[in-house]
Amino acid sequence: MNNQAALFQYLLQLGDTNLIIGHRLSEMCSRGPMLEEDIALTNFALDHIGQAEVLLHFAGNVENNGRSEDDLSYRRDAEDFMNLKLVEQPNTDFAFVIGRQFLLDVYQCLLYQKLSKSTNDELAGMAARFLKESIYHQRHSAAWIERLGQGTNESLGRMQHALNQLWPYTAEMFVDNPAWANLIESGVVPSATELKKEWYERVSKVLTLSGLNMPKASAEDDSLNQSIYLEQLLAEMQYLPRTYPDAKW
Amino acid sequence: MSDKNSQGPVWEVFTQKKSGQAFQHAGSLHAFDREMALENARDLYTRRDKPFGLWVVPASAIVAVSSEDSEAFFDPSDDKTYRHPTFYDIPEEVKNL
Amino acid sequence: MTIELQEKLQDFQTYIDAEEKIEPGDWMPDDYRAHNVRQISQHAHSEVIGMQPEGNWITRAPSLRAKKILLAKIQDEGGHGLYLYSAAETLGISRDELIEQLHEGKAKYSSVFNYPTLNWADIGAIGWLVDGAAVTNQLSLRRTSYGPYARAMFRICNEESFHQRQGYEIMMKMANGTPEQREMAQDALNRWWWPALMMFGPHDNQSQRTHKGMMWKIKRASNDELRQRFIDKTVPQAEFLGLTIPDPDLRWNPDTNQYDTGEINWDEFHQVISGNGPCNRERMDHHKKVHEEGAWVREAAAAFAAKKQAQQN
Repeated sequence: MNNQAALFQYLLQLGDTNLIIGHRLSEMCSRGPMLEEDIALTNFALDHIGQAEVLLHFAGNVENNGRSEDDLSYRRDAEDFMNLKLVEQPNTDFAFVIGRQFLLDVYQCLLYQKLSKSTNDELAGMAARFLKESIYHQRHSAAWIERLGQGTNESLGRMQHALNQLWPYTAEMFVDNPAWANLIESGVVPSATELKKEWYERVSKVLTLSGLNMPKASAEDDSLNQSIYLEQLLAEMQYLPRTYPDAKW
Repeated sequence: MSDKNSQGPVWEVFTQKKSGQAFQHAGSLHAFDREMALENARDLYTRRDKPFGLWVVPASAIVAVSSEDSEAFFDPSDDKTYRHPTFYDIPEEVKNL
Repeated sequence: MTIELQEKLQDFQTYIDAEEKIEPGDWMPDDYRAHNVRQISQHAHSEVIGMQPEGNWITRAPSLRAKKILLAKIQDEGGHGLYLYSAAETLGISRDELIEQLHEGKAKYSSVFNYPTLNWADIGAIGWLVDGAAVTNQLSLRRTSYGPYARAMFRICNEESFHQRQGYEIMMKMANGTPEQREMAQDALNRWWWPALMMFGPHDNQSQRTHKGMMWKIKRASNDELRQRFIDKTVPQAEFLGLTIPDPDLRWNPDTNQYDTGEINWDEFHQVISGNGPCNRERMDHHKKVHEEGAWVREAAAAFAAKKQAQQN
């Protein structure tokens, strides 16, 4: 794979991850535990969809095949999506929403920090902007982890359960795609494996403070590359442009 | 008023538009703790205009003058005209005063 | 009525007539308080329940731009509900009680939100017509006599200004799009026109509460006055889209300088108000379910706050 194609794929991974988490968070609109939190979750949805828009637009330019961010979002099949499986996981309850968000926020903070030093100026500029949003997201989700962990027995149980269920999907964050070797070497993108240690430390610090246990990793985690949710999610998201291919919205 | 309160206490939000300006009341919200109050205030009252500063104060901490007391409180300041610069006669020739 | 109370009422009316604002700690007649609680809470519930019909299309918004705009708009509705709940709370009722009244059917919300959103043009029609009708009312309410309500209205009107425009933009795209899109646009206008007119409430001579509301300057313009204002500004907007307003009796009256319209189907209006609209049940079930599902989260947050408080002391 040449560098352009590799960068395209890498940007898809970043863009798709934001697109799908944005979608999941947007499903929470009018479903928050209180009105204030409803509004906060919508802000996060907007941040992530905004990031997806910028990243997929850039991806389209890099691909140089005339595809816009909307084409990439609405006219690709599930098997072509590169997002982390973590973000597809459904909004089972508020603990899942917060757990998924926190695990992702810590990861995105670390990733964007590194990417803000990318040798690709455009990517570095974007990452620096995204980083500010992610730092705030992490502050919010970590505060909730602490509240739920130290709240009631029920909230502690739900939070721990959600983390245990989501944990297997975190392994994927730290796997380097062989196709990106050149990008890593030339300092365009960081190596994902490099993020793992600090991610683990930060997550563990918050969980411990909150009275939660670090879930155990299992050997099968790496093989969890199939998720049943994406197709369903895309069928809904892509419904209008797919049903009326000639329409402009 | 019922004492049932599942939404947390009420907080008052104050925003400062620019550095050095006075804080102004923006509105109210519910939150259970200080961090939540601050974050909720950010998401609710700073969605459009980026402020410089943000305060949250428990509504219960605010002490207000009741309307019955307001005459006794405020009317006396009406007749202290000597507190205002225009009270004093200074010849026009004198500058910077 | 004692002489003392009579004098108080008279002073209160004089104060109101002088366009002064009533603030939370001020003396006010019980009826004035109740009227405000009822009107502000109905307004707040409408904003919050109103999140649902549009929320139904967030996940299916056809472009990233459309998705962001719709999300931001619905988020605003939630924020507006919140400003209004806060205004109602200054009258001595808690948010819990307000929600309880909604769930028990004691408090109402605007009936327009009991209609379903069937196609994407409905999102345009809601922004254009429903928000258009709402803002007509809200602009006049900026001069309402209860201070916290008036301040909430100022904030809301400022934020609402993009809502109607985004709705109209969707209508323009649909009306100028493929034949199917155009059909959706006309269909949406057909279904939302009359419910939007009903939002202003019964005719003035049928409305029991208008008199006191106007006397106390809680309401600043009558139902019929506001409805006519909305019709007169909206008809030319429909003409620009090349869409037909579903009222065969609609015509310009050069003598009155306003549009004459056909009669609203008041039977339907009363049916929907009394709970028999297409989506009454669904809207209320959704709200109750979310409220109940959030209970453990709120309890946890309260317990956590109590622990923190204990540590500080």
